[in-house]
Amino acid sequence: MDFNDTPEQACFRKEASIWLAENAPMDEAFRALPPLEQAKLWQKRKYDAGWACIGWAPEFGGRGASPIEEVIWRQEESKYELPAAFFLIGQGMIAPTLMAWASDEDKARFLPPLASGDEVWCQLFSEPAGGSDLAALRTRAERDGDGWVINGQKIWTSGAHFSDFGVIVVRTDPTVPKHKGLSYFYVDMKAPGVEIKPIKQLTGESDFNEVYFTNVRVADSQRLGEVGQGWQVSLTTLMNERAAIGGEFGQLDAFLAMSVAQEVEIDGRPAIEDSAVRARIANWYVQESGLKYAGYRSLTALSRGALPGPENSIGKLVGAPKMQAMASYLMDLLGESGSIADEAVATKAGIIQRAYMGAPGLRIAGGTDEIMANIIAERVLGLPQEPRLDKGIPFNEVPTG
Amino acid sequence: MNFEFSDEQQLLREQARGFLTEHCPTSVVRAVLDGSQDWDAKLWQKVAEMGWTATVIPEAYGGLGLSYYELAIIAEEMGRSAAPLPFSSSVYLASEAIQRFGTESQKSTWLPKLASGECIATVAMAERAGRLALEQLETRRDGSSLTGNKVPVADAVIANVAIVLARSEAGLEACLVPMAQKGVSIEPVLTLDNSRGHSAMALNGAEAQVLGDRALQEDEWLRLLDGAAVLFAWEQLGVAESALTQARDYALHRFAFGRAIGSYQAIKHKLASVYVKNTLARSNAYYGVWALAESSDELPLAAATARVAAIQASTFAAEENIQTHGGMGFTWEFDCHFYYRRAKLLSLAIGSEAVWQDRLVSALADQSVAAAGEPHGL
Repeated sequence: MDFNDTPEQACFRKEASIWLAENAPMDEAFRALPPLEQAKLWQKRKYDAGWACIGWAPEFGGRGASPIEEVIWRQEESKYELPAAFFLIGQGMIAPTLMAWASDEDKARFLPPLASGDEVWCQLFSEPAGGSDLAALRTRAERDGDGWVINGQKIWTSGAHFSDFGVIVVRTDPTVPKHKGLSYFYVDMKAPGVEIKPIKQLTGESDFNEVYFTNVRVADSQRLGEVGQGWQVSLTTLMNERAAIGGEFGQLDAFLAMSVAQEVEIDGRPAIEDSAVRARIANWYVQESGLKYAGYRSLTALSRGALPGPENSIGKLVGAPKMQAMASYLMDLLGESGSIADEAVATKAGIIQRAYMGAPGLRIAGGTDEIMANIIAERVLGLPQEPRLDKGIPFNEVPTG
Repeated sequence: MNFEFSDEQQLLREQARGFLTEHCPTSVVRAVLDGSQDWDAKLWQKVAEMGWTATVIPEAYGGLGLSYYELAIIAEEMGRSAAPLPFSSSVYLASEAIQRFGTESQKSTWLPKLASGECIATVAMAERAGRLALEQLETRRDGSSLTGNKVPVADAVIANVAIVLARSEAGLEACLVPMAQKGVSIEPVLTLDNSRGHSAMALNGAEAQVLGDRALQEDEWLRLLDGAAVLFAWEQLGVAESALTQARDYALHRFAFGRAIGSYQAIKHKLASVYVKNTLARSNAYYGVWALAESSDELPLAAATARVAAIQASTFAAEENIQTHGGMGFTWEFDCHFYYRRAKLLSLAIGSEAVWQDRLVSALADQSVAAAGEPHGL
């Protein structure tokens, strides 16, 4: 076992790091731009030089890089603090869906501007009546001439307010069991009848939206997959979701916990000397290190041609609750001042408090802790699904709350 | 990035698993636990013939000179089968101590016999309840004579020689004590897991040789325990995996209220939690064996991390395995208690969870001072 690059990988890493050193924008004028503009400018610069979406085929704007090379690129790029989150859903989840299901014409039309950041995409899946039970969604599309008309409501749509296009799953046949009556389209977010309302989160921020569809017309050519095949197409998108949401728990880690425990005291001694504090920090480190080396094992498998499996669900399942528990405990160590979130006053500039407030969202987004546990139980351990009362029943006869 | 065992090592795993499935089914563990025998001498002989006791002993001393990667694989399979053997005492601890600290003459006397399995060695550390404090050991060496009481000592009844941790005027010493002598008396004690015999060892002027003819720095002994901790972690991981497999299989076949209990989320989420802990333990065990095999400076951190993860995974898996089985899990007849006993026994050897959590944080502090950045390429 070793952690070293092969000569080819080392060569690639060097090429990437040299390009980054010469091209990563770090100047103040760039920093002064709004985040979305920063992201678009950086994405475009990468695209023009062949460093955007490097795993994609060259005709779509990539360079056909291997999965390992993508990892190396991400590692090198992450050494610079550059915004990328705006394109995560489009490039990470929707692009693989387009590659698998769209017509050649649509791939040529949409993938290059997705890679360049010229067009941003969002994902319109969840609904007020369908979250964990996604296939219970009610937004419907009805045939109208050679096109379709969409009516209904989506919710928790990240980035809808700055997106140009979105992918949407809708019900096209309510008379068959729920998974069989769905179809999958892409829509123009600027089309008449699309109304976007921001949702104010408990953090006070607004990262996602409600999106209302009122008689929104889409062409039949905007359909991905057959009519009634929407569930299978959705799975392509969802399979890529866990990977996209993966490692966002970085800010709070055992090293930060150590640093806090070195700063505060318990009964006149540094908290880091307290055995209960040490036990907590050790347990968090065990989780972080376990995830890190599980990732190394996945990478090794990936480099040998294996596909990422459901075992990758543990990243979020471990990481998000850990972040919440750690934030909570570190605030306890700070005592009454643990409640201070003011950047100028708070220990660690308030990141602990922000992590605590953000953690509930991470435990829910992209599959709740409970859904993740189900995925592991069913797809890794092979345990049976719970009996489903809606199984085999036409959707319009399923009892609703 | 190559964070996986080699094809040859994977082959060894298959071979070891196949061998233990055939020669160490749970009936073998049960026979020892039932008290009809002290240990499985025949199984030991077969294991020695496979060369497992010789794995990392250098060829010059009759060993195979393989790496810790191979030994880790065997350790996991030992745990998986809950083998009633003195493998951890003789291989992870005593052979390592002799190899690491012994004089040339001590090594050439003992290592070939330990490699071939004709001799068994153990290590005697604990003296009383509470955390082991190396500076407070009461066992004393005076000249070549050793006096003190050690309890519990694993595998003392069957061992030919013990490495006894003692103090003299010179400081901390590891003493080689042949068991068959007047000055040593062994009294078996009942433990949590009698498929691995333990005893009280009384030393009354026992004839002893100081390992390496010199006193040890505490740190030297702790490094030895770091290595052992990695191997214990692999064995504990094997126990954890067996417990999970057993729970999963039972949950698939046991029906309640008209369906398999494994279809209830209460059981699914429980077993998913076990899987998560096992996966973290496995990944950390990889980190541990990498650090051990490559003699990395990160060994203290890697070993403590692997050990804490393995303690947590194995005890949790074993406890929840019984819970998943309901009343049947609480019977002598079902095998669930083998893993419950073994997981806890292994977790108490060489320092329990709090000891290693403490060492983990000390290592983390050293590490964060030493290297502010990422230590690896990938």
